[in-house]
Amino acid sequence: MKRILLGNEAIARGLLENGCMFAASYPGTPASEILSSFVEMAKTEKSPAMGEWSINEKVAFETALSISYTGGRSAVSMKQVGLNVACDPLMSSAYTGVRGGFLVISADDPGPHSSQTEQDSRMMAMMAKIPVLDPSTPQEAKEMVGLGYHISEKFEIPVMIRPTTRVCHSRQGVQLKGISAPVVPLGFSKDPQRWAATPKYRYHLHQQLNRKIETITEKFGKETLSTVLGNGKTTRCIISSGVALSHTYDVIREMKLENEITLLQVKMPYPLDVQGLFDAIHAFDDVLVIEETYPVIEMQLAMRGRVTGRLDGSVPPQGELVPDVVMECVEKFVGRPAKPRKAISDKARRPTLCPGCGHRPAFYAIRRALPKGIYPSDIGCYTLGLNLGAVDTCLCMGSAISQASGFYHAHKMKGEVPPIVATIGDSTFYHAGVPALINAVHTGARFVLLILDNATTAMTGDQPTPGMEILVDGRTGKAVPIEDLVKACGVKDVRVIDPYRLEEMTKAVKEADGLARSEDGGVSVIISRHPCLMTAGVLKGQTRYSIRITDDCSACGICHEKFECPAIGADPVSEKARIDLSLCSGCGVCVDVCPKQAIKAVINNQ
Amino acid sequence: MTERATERKLKPVHGRKILDAERVSSMAGRNVRIAITGRGGQGVLFITRILSECALELGLNVIASETHGMAMRGGSVISTLKVGDFRGPLLGSGQADMMLVLDAGSMEAFSHLLADQGTLYLNAPSSDSYPTIDATGLAMRMGNPVIANLILLGFVLFHGTLFCDTPLVESVIEKISPPRFREMNLKALKAGLSAGAEKEQQ
Repeated sequence: MKRILLGNEAIARGLLENGCMFAASYPGTPASEILSSFVEMAKTEKSPAMGEWSINEKVAFETALSISYTGGRSAVSMKQVGLNVACDPLMSSAYTGVRGGFLVISADDPGPHSSQTEQDSRMMAMMAKIPVLDPSTPQEAKEMVGLGYHISEKFEIPVMIRPTTRVCHSRQGVQLKGISAPVVPLGFSKDPQRWAATPKYRYHLHQQLNRKIETITEKFGKETLSTVLGNGKTTRCIISSGVALSHTYDVIREMKLENEITLLQVKMPYPLDVQGLFDAIHAFDDVLVIEETYPVIEMQLAMRGRVTGRLDGSVPPQGELVPDVVMECVEKFVGRPAKPRKAISDKARRPTLCPGCGHRPAFYAIRRALPKGIYPSDIGCYTLGLNLGAVDTCLCMGSAISQASGFYHAHKMKGEVPPIVATIGDSTFYHAGVPALINAVHTGARFVLLILDNATTAMTGDQPTPGMEILVDGRTGKAVPIEDLVKACGVKDVRVIDPYRLEEMTKAVKEADGLARSEDGGVSVIISRHPCLMTAGVLKGQTRYSIRITDDCSACGICHEKFECPAIGADPVSEKARIDLSLCSGCGVCVDVCPKQAIKAVINNQ
Repeated sequence: MTERATERKLKPVHGRKILDAERVSSMAGRNVRIAITGRGGQGVLFITRILSECALELGLNVIASETHGMAMRGGSVISTLKVGDFRGPLLGSGQADMMLVLDAGSMEAFSHLLADQGTLYLNAPSSDSYPTIDATGLAMRMGNPVIANLILLGFVLFHGTLFCDTPLVESVIEKISPPRFREMNLKALKAGLSAGAEKEQQ
């Protein structure tokens, strides 16, 4: 039976078909739906398999790994930058090895579309010395889960599956198999020389790891290399992997070059059967490697001159290999003149905070209270505070707080400390903000921290946070309130304010800055608390207003340019503000933004 | 009025009653590529899901790509859908046989995808260039701006240019809609079909 599945759903289904009993993850585009689908499907299929949203990727990795230590099959999924957070256990677990099958699913984002980098997880697999499988379609991603578990258990090694955005977020008719009963753990059996190896034994573990990789290359190298197109009599060959292989397949057919180019697929870019691949390309005059995003296969083919790709510029060294780019590469490769292509406009709508989002007035208050401040921020919906001019940095998860400390120390050395207002979301605060806050308090940094608490992980689709009592499978968990955490980190000045109360918030930001930079100051924390309107029931549960703009409007543009509400725009004729009722949430905050009192609100809770 | 339009006027609003089997055989060997664009939150993903399920019901190969993540917060989003012998989900420039545009402000960013012979259906108050319906206005009058997507889909179905027909789309909507939205969704599709018929009579 075939069912239309999103790539991430296909991976989740593959986990259940192959007896995975535990999966953990931290949400991140493009990987988020793997864990939620796993839990939903387990429920529907009445499987006892369980999953959790962990506090961050490192914790997710270590929790899932321990299930494998006890003999159960497990998996951890994340986006590629999440693997950076889990890099420590990744490197070490390659040495200790595993018992039950253990998959590391790291979703890359060539483009990038929703990430800080275009980094290639296959290179992380190479650094860790663990095998990596590179699916080109949702169907293949599901199949690779089975192959991955097979290799992982046979060689007691973590195996990585590396889908990319266009696999994760593709929909395809996927062939289903039955759900297997989860592989039940045997329990932890002690083996200190392995699980608690000291450096001396680590040397031996490294030796074992090298042997494992050698054997995996011998046993699975050929099996994971296949000819996808071409009769072998061509003079040209393209080597490809991942979704770039799928695009290349479509491009070659579109250009009717099936009889001129042989297309080879590498399903396991590391460890690569280099000799097997050399044999396969031996007869061709020209070889082009098309892969995303870094030249992982290409670098292993140390045979310059005949092999071209990202390294010599035959394929652009950065960016997603979308069909137009692949077509240009193939045109050059076969010496065809470039087909004229329509110009691409960059006039896309930029993303904005939703109408009624509590983050908007929080940022507006920051700008109003401390217009000369430095605003380190973080990863999440609220990075869109950029549009309000209230976000100056966005480095990586949790960095807003450590960067605020760094900026404080730097400016103190300079002799003049400006207001510093850091912003971080609730989920991000739990993920990586807590150690940074303890560090800031401990080292005497002075700044204001706004924790933007919308009671969800909003950007990635409304996953619960540790601040809530609900777990991913609907069970009750123990909530760890942000206030308690902040106080336990040593912060003395903590207040909780609903950002819809714009005046109060503006006043609080000013006060908090005064305190933070006073004689015996420190870190002042404001928890800006308003639930995300995308969460079911929130909009219905709050007071909603009918908004009207009166003739007093002076067309100053503050409500739609500075406050940046997408539900307000300028009338093309009068240039006065105009409400788009199809977008307006009726939050009523704009009433306090208008300097002319020209926005009127009447309660309308229908 | 063109000959084709006259022919269509004789038919009920439900449009072309082509049996699935006939439709499949007429589709055999034909590849169809569709782009659906709008701003995040307008329901581009739901249309993509409906059309993917329709292709599966017809026994056709289908692969589609979607936009998730930050762009969904009101930014321009695009889905592409390929029915037939394809492996990759994306479209190159000039490869879309058909484009469904839910938001005129997001059209320009993706209009390079439309083939020279391609058809574009637009949700906008008015336009001289394309078959156009004010789906958002109609949805607001029906009390729910988020059903503009299904109104536009109904409007496209009326033109009979999709690879699937109305009864099939309706059955898929019934199958995949959350129960509390099912009736509303079907009503929206019908509203789009009727609006297409009304426009034709004008």
